[in-house]
Amino acid sequence: MSALFEFLLRQGDNALVLGHRVSEWCGHAPVLEEDIALANTALDLIGQTQMWLGLAGEVEGKGRSADDLAFLRDVWDFRNLLLVERPNGDFGHTMMRQFLFDAFNLVHLTELANSTDDRIAAIAEKAGKEAAYHLERSRNTVVALGDGTEESHARMQAALDALWPYVGEIFENDSVSDELAADGIAPEPASLRAAWDARVQEALAEATLRHPEGDFAHRGGKTGVMHTEHLGHLLTQMQWLQRAYPGATW
Amino acid sequence: MVATLPRVADVWEWLDAVPDPEIPVISVVDLGIVRDVALEGETLVVTITPTYSGCPATSIIRLDIETALREHGVRDFRLEQRLSPAWTTDWLSQKGRRKLEDYGIAPPQPGGTPAHCPRCKSAHVKRISQFGSTPCKSQWQCEDCLEPFDHFKCI
Ligand SMILES: [Zn+2]
Repeated sequence: MSALFEFLLRQGDNALVLGHRVSEWCGHAPVLEEDIALANTALDLIGQTQMWLGLAGEVEGKGRSADDLAFLRDVWDFRNLLLVERPNGDFGHTMMRQFLFDAFNLVHLTELANSTDDRIAAIAEKAGKEAAYHLERSRNTVVALGDGTEESHARMQAALDALWPYVGEIFENDSVSDELAADGIAPEPASLRAAWDARVQEALAEATLRHPEGDFAHRGGKTGVMHTEHLGHLLTQMQWLQRAYPGATW
Repeated sequence: MVATLPRVADVWEWLDAVPDPEIPVISVVDLGIVRDVALEGETLVVTITPTYSGCPATSIIRLDIETALREHGVRDFRLEQRLSPAWTTDWLSQKGRRKLEDYGIAPPQPGGTPAHCPRCKSAHVKRISQFGSTPCKSQWQCEDCLEPFDHFKCI
């Protein structure tokens, strides 16, 4: 598997798995406006998936489409971060996860817009606008709920503490990222940490949330070595139609 | 039989009659998603750019453009998608912006706040949600006439 293909799977799978998770809220959000906002966020992410996985299939050169990659791979083939496959939890938990990811996505896409690969730069330019919009909302929601009632504050702190061990993986370099960084295709994840920290710390302070200590990191998502048990359950929902009716189209 | 090649100016006019599937008062040209019309030899090439990457209307728009070209007798054509430069609300035509407002949708404004309520024109408006009925809109409410309305998001 080439490093470029692997990288594109990481991009596509992050958007796909988080998009699916967020779509699970459809019809269940606490208020109508939030329901619509979550559905629209999911839609943007699925759109970004089509661009990333579409390019992945092109780069792989085996005739696999974005749909083939989304629906016909199994857990161990997925290259998304563990963070995005975490179950939704309550609304605050979902928004905290979204915030942590959006902040990374925007910082990352901003750099990718200068990629030496024009196709990647074009997708990043497009997706970056959406990521900026998502971040505005997730940040403001984290601040509103963190600096809200005693109940909402406690829930946001619990969400942050529970998700923090999944942050470290985002910024780990490995042989894939080394190769792409050397070619100027994508930045080293570790190089994005400072910009991410700045955005996150500023928001957490305004949200009156305590910045977690410790840097223990669960890993194994973006390398595909060890996903959590949650991804398999997610795929049973997402892929059931293609599994039950192989090749079905509409 | 000698086929006559379509004139580029005519094609722009035809496409300006293709309504956006979700906001039918404006055309796909008004929306700024038709980026280029050109002849490559005898092949007509229409270049389009998506508004939002997940916008479900994109595939319908492609189909509607194909249908319009066929209705005008064009057989030899190709639709291309271009992502960069990314679509921006700055590309909405003046005509499109006017039609949006007449339809009750506040046109995009730099800064992201609608100029006024599209119904009573009051400037006292407040945002209800960053997201609305389609990926390209947010929800607002007029504090004078109290009507809720959509605002075409600025991106
Ligand atoms: Zn009004």
